Amino acid sequence: MMQTLKNIFFLGVKELRGLFRDYMLLILIVYSFSLGIYITGNATNDTITNAAIAIVDEDHSQLSERLFDAFFPPMFRHADEIKLEEIDPAMDAGKYTFVLVIPSEFEKDVLAGRTPTIQLNIDATRMSQAFSGGGYIQQIINKEVTSYLKSSTPAALPVETVVRNRYNANLTQSWFKAVMQLVSNITMLAIILTGAALIRERENGTLEHLLVMPVTAFEIMFSKVWSMLLVVLVASIISLVVVIMQMMHVPVNGSVWLFGCGVALHLFAVTSLGIFLACVAQNMPQLGMLLILVLLPMQMLSGGSTPMESMPVWVQNVMQVAPTTHFVEFCQAILFRGAGIEVVWKPFLKLFIIGAVLFAFSLRRFRRSVAS
Amino acid sequence: MKQSSVEQKFAVKLEHVSFSYGKTLALNDFSLEIAPGKLVGLIGPDGVGKSTMLSLITGARAMQESGTIEVLNGDMRSKEHRNKVCPKIAYMPQGLGKNLYFTLTVEENLQFFGKLFGHNAQERRRRIDHLTRSTGLYNFLDRPAGKLSGGMKQKLGLCCALIHDPDLLVLDEPTTGVDPLARRQFWDLVDSVRAMQPGMTVIVATAYMDEAQRFEWLIAMDEGKILDTGTPAEIFAKTHCDNLDDAFIQLLPAEKRSGHTKLTVPPLPEKDANVIAIAADGLTKRFGSFTAVDHVSFKIRKGEIFGFLGSNGCGKTTTMRMLTGLLTPTEGTAELFGNPIEAESMETRLKLGYMTQLFSLYNELTIRQNLMLYARLYRIKESQVSARVNEMMERFQLMPYANDTPAALPLGIKQRLSLAAAVIHHPQILILDEPTSGVDPVARDLFWEMIIELSRKDGVTVFITTHFMNEAERCDRISLMHAGRSLACDTPQNLVKERSMPTLEAAFIDYLEEADPASKEKISLEKSADPAGDAPEKRKSLWKRFAESNHPKFSIQRVLCCCWRESLELMRDPIRATLAIFGALLLMLVMGFGISMDVEDLSFAVLDRDGSGLSRNYALNIAGSRYFVEQKPIKDYDDLEKRLRSGDLSLAIEIPPNFGKDLQAGKSPQVAFFIDGAMPSRAETVNGYVTSLHNQWLQEQAREHATAIPASTLNCQVETRYRYNPDVLSLPAMVPAVIPLLLMMIPAILAALAVVREKEMGSIINLYVTPLTRSEFLLGKQMPYVMFSILSSLMLIAMAVTIFDVPVKGSVLVLLIALVLYSMCSTGFGLLASSVTRSQIAVIFMTMLGTMLPAVQFCGMIDPVTSQEGAGRVIGTLYPTTYMLLISRGVFNKALGFRELYPELLALLITVPIVIGCGVMLLKKQEK
Repeated sequence: MMQTLKNIFFLGVKELRGLFRDYMLLILIVYSFSLGIYITGNATNDTITNAAIAIVDEDHSQLSERLFDAFFPPMFRHADEIKLEEIDPAMDAGKYTFVLVIPSEFEKDVLAGRTPTIQLNIDATRMSQAFSGGGYIQQIINKEVTSYLKSSTPAALPVETVVRNRYNANLTQSWFKAVMQLVSNITMLAIILTGAALIRERENGTLEHLLVMPVTAFEIMFSKVWSMLLVVLVASIISLVVVIMQMMHVPVNGSVWLFGCGVALHLFAVTSLGIFLACVAQNMPQLGMLLILVLLPMQMLSGGSTPMESMPVWVQNVMQVAPTTHFVEFCQAILFRGAGIEVVWKPFLKLFIIGAVLFAFSLRRFRRSVAS
Repeated sequence: MKQSSVEQKFAVKLEHVSFSYGKTLALNDFSLEIAPGKLVGLIGPDGVGKSTMLSLITGARAMQESGTIEVLNGDMRSKEHRNKVCPKIAYMPQGLGKNLYFTLTVEENLQFFGKLFGHNAQERRRRIDHLTRSTGLYNFLDRPAGKLSGGMKQKLGLCCALIHDPDLLVLDEPTTGVDPLARRQFWDLVDSVRAMQPGMTVIVATAYMDEAQRFEWLIAMDEGKILDTGTPAEIFAKTHCDNLDDAFIQLLPAEKRSGHTKLTVPPLPEKDANVIAIAADGLTKRFGSFTAVDHVSFKIRKGEIFGFLGSNGCGKTTTMRMLTGLLTPTEGTAELFGNPIEAESMETRLKLGYMTQLFSLYNELTIRQNLMLYARLYRIKESQVSARVNEMMERFQLMPYANDTPAALPLGIKQRLSLAAAVIHHPQILILDEPTSGVDPVARDLFWEMIIELSRKDGVTVFITTHFMNEAERCDRISLMHAGRSLACDTPQNLVKERSMPTLEAAFIDYLEEADPASKEKISLEKSADPAGDAPEKRKSLWKRFAESNHPKFSIQRVLCCCWRESLELMRDPIRATLAIFGALLLMLVMGFGISMDVEDLSFAVLDRDGSGLSRNYALNIAGSRYFVEQKPIKDYDDLEKRLRSGDLSLAIEIPPNFGKDLQAGKSPQVAFFIDGAMPSRAETVNGYVTSLHNQWLQEQAREHATAIPASTLNCQVETRYRYNPDVLSLPAMVPAVIPLLLMMIPAILAALAVVREKEMGSIINLYVTPLTRSEFLLGKQMPYVMFSILSSLMLIAMAVTIFDVPVKGSVLVLLIALVLYSMCSTGFGLLASSVTRSQIAVIFMTMLGTMLPAVQFCGMIDPVTSQEGAGRVIGTLYPTTYMLLISRGVFNKALGFRELYPELLALLITVPIVIGCGVMLLKKQEK
């Protein structure tokens, strides 16, 4: 028992030494936990930022002029005025996401209470902006028209609504993006470090040598898990505290320690996944392909880029197997909603089970994959 | 050419050359002249700068500041001269088959080199046939190089080096790890080549002194300096020795040979005569239909030194792997001290010391760290670890290298390290697979001294394979193996006697030739007439014509040659290719269906503090929509807080007391929406949905209770038209976006390993020493991946149209042109990453980081580039995926053609040469 722990420890130290000799890899790790996160987080602030909008004004009234001024940064760029026939080429070229067409006699009709119609063209290929931008523009126009009419019509609504966005009052995108980028980098790094390191050991014959020594496959595998887990865990906690909390001023509501525990569990699961992939792949190029096959869906469908609820049920079910799904879940819970262990024990447990299953499965394949 | 008329004084001339690796000085003010047409041998202990010197001479390694090297009448510092002479130099680096491609067949390897040197098909055929016939490789033309035995690999390596009739042939320990028969054939081959090309200079470094004896001129080296030069006879005369092994030791400075005496092996004590340490009975191992080991039996008593001899690939290593428990025998049994070998038994493993044929310690640890690790894993007490490690380092003379990593050290020193690691725990049984290959004579004797001591003093049983006959003679018994069978097993003296041969080597070769008559023929064939050989003049003229073609700076033929070779390698790994093609399709399926912007089934609950009919109706209205699913009502604020925090609810609605009454009284009651803002984009969607549902409800109420509730206050209507995707489906927007994403990542990662892998495997040397230029090398490598990427893009488009029902509305031609350009960008990016990194891990990581991140985040896949900020915006503007996305969506969704999309095409067109150019610039043509 003591010997097992010692072996695991010394083999792990060996992994760390090896890692600290690969300067290129170190630079990449540092980058991915500092600048990489900073850039991504700051790239987009809100769903609608700097949206490109143009207006075709056929009315040229006071009201239509006011509508031009209603769109301003940071949500929108200042509206360009274009002609009716310019709509198609401009939208085809992707110059504008939104184009409003204000009909002639617009102001007159509004004043007369005839409820005229403004046409809003949206470039639906622009995904997120297209899907949530329409509502915003509608609100802005209504507000503008209402305030224009204020003198003549009372503005009281039958039922007023108050919207309280909890945990992120202004829905600042960068908070979420930065944390999700951290999640994504943690996962990518952990899988590549363990998986590729194992293949390299196999290709160099060092693994075979180890198996002739009084060292078990379990010890070899576990040493890789803990060493890489440690590296990534430390990097991610530093990244969370220094880059995300200090530099990007993202308010973290929950306990950093609880988050750390979760990251450790997640890392156990993904490093095991890395080892598993390495046991399946026969050489490094194959591992490279497998990595993409596994990483890409794991990142895109974890609920970190688009909401889990929006995916088809079968995808949601399949994604239950992916560690990232649970990672994203508890990340949101702990970091933003300030949830405690009473809330996140479920994803924690699932991560542990996923990790244990993958680890056990790799253990069975390990010897065979080395000897062949 | 001028050089043929001017008399060449020196083939190679070094003046005051120094070279150091960090602090270690490999060459120290080294000067040397080598006359043309000679067979020159380079001997010396390990790590004295032999390999460094050879790689400098060939131009494979870049020179450092001091000294000049002239090769074939020109300065090797000058790039122009290097380009000019590299077609006349052939170089075989140290290690088995380092310049070969293991997945390619013998024929393909030779074809590749032939093509590189610009021979036409007919010429290649003639040369290949001649070379392979005279080396006995002719019957193995279809065998992959990786499956050849060590000796055959070396012969093939030599053939590849000789295919272009070089003027200077440089061989770095070409016969290390090669069996005696193959070695003899190898030197016969060299002799016959020299006979045909008398002008050729051959420089050989070797650890086999019996080989060195046949050289015309010898250079003995030590510590980066020349000890002595001269013909073997001169050296014998100087040292008063009759063989080179001894002569070499005599040449060494006094302190180095201190304590070196001629080895004697004391007889095996009778004490443990009945204790059997290793017993094998009918041991058999089959791999598929191939029988690697065929019913091998032996019994080895405790303390015996048992030698295992045989040609390369005869099953020695497989037998050893079975004895260590790494492989399970197909048939038969093996026992260690009477216990069957169990793979999992730690006790057995503690008794074993094992040394593999190829270096299998950690290149990333220093020598000391390696030994410390092994000492600890072998359960040596922590208090003794340091002492034991020091003892081993002293014993194997590793102290000067204690803090170096093995990667930078010569083979011989690595072998010593492996040995030290194998005996560090004082094992009872030592299994050593060619432990002394590539080790210099002094170190070998030291090692044997230790083996003998271990065996005789401590009763350690030693099971060893070797190719050195003087080592075999020291064994108590030897077993001769061939093709998986044991031919004979006896003491060396008896074997020699039985065959009545003068030496063990002769006896051994006799046994082998008897077992495999074909091997005899191979040698006799060697002098067979070369079809063009009968007219040396004709050969010369061919050579001249070839030389005068003057090797153009950029040759399409060489590009095609690289492309051909890379495609072959790609095809030899069908699993990888299949993964790439079907992986792309699978990913498109999963992501096309999975990524969606329409959010449905959001959970919400109501804190209804009114409880009137109207408030219930309000809640029902929201629950009735397809966007929301109602959960059980909220009890109080605490409950609301708790359920939002746990993530059970995306939305909580608070309806105030007296909501119904106030509404009817026109008092504008206030409804509160609590939205979980953890994921902002989802929160926005929730907000949008609930607001519109709220308005809808108000209008309904207004209609039903016209009198009580004021009508809608909307003064104007906004009619929304979603262009290009009128039904606002995620799929048509997503599918054209997924294609560029996949076509960035998959081809990039495929191509990324191409160069780094060659760096790790060693075949990158072919870039250093052949006329191949960097751009030819990279472009050639890139082509198959571009083809591959185009193929997979066609499949993805087909999938989009058929399975996803997303039609291509615009110009297919534009899409295809864009995809070709884009494929060049993505594969180019992979190669760029590959050029700058050294390890496969780093390149995978770099490629992932460099493709997945920007492509997903900054290129407008989800958020348009125009709304990005800061560095993200810059990356988004520069990254080719941005433009490919615009084109893909333009063609798929917007029905656009060339006229609208030419700026984006232009952007891709500009990116291609930039990416490739960077790759070429950052790739090194010489080793540092």
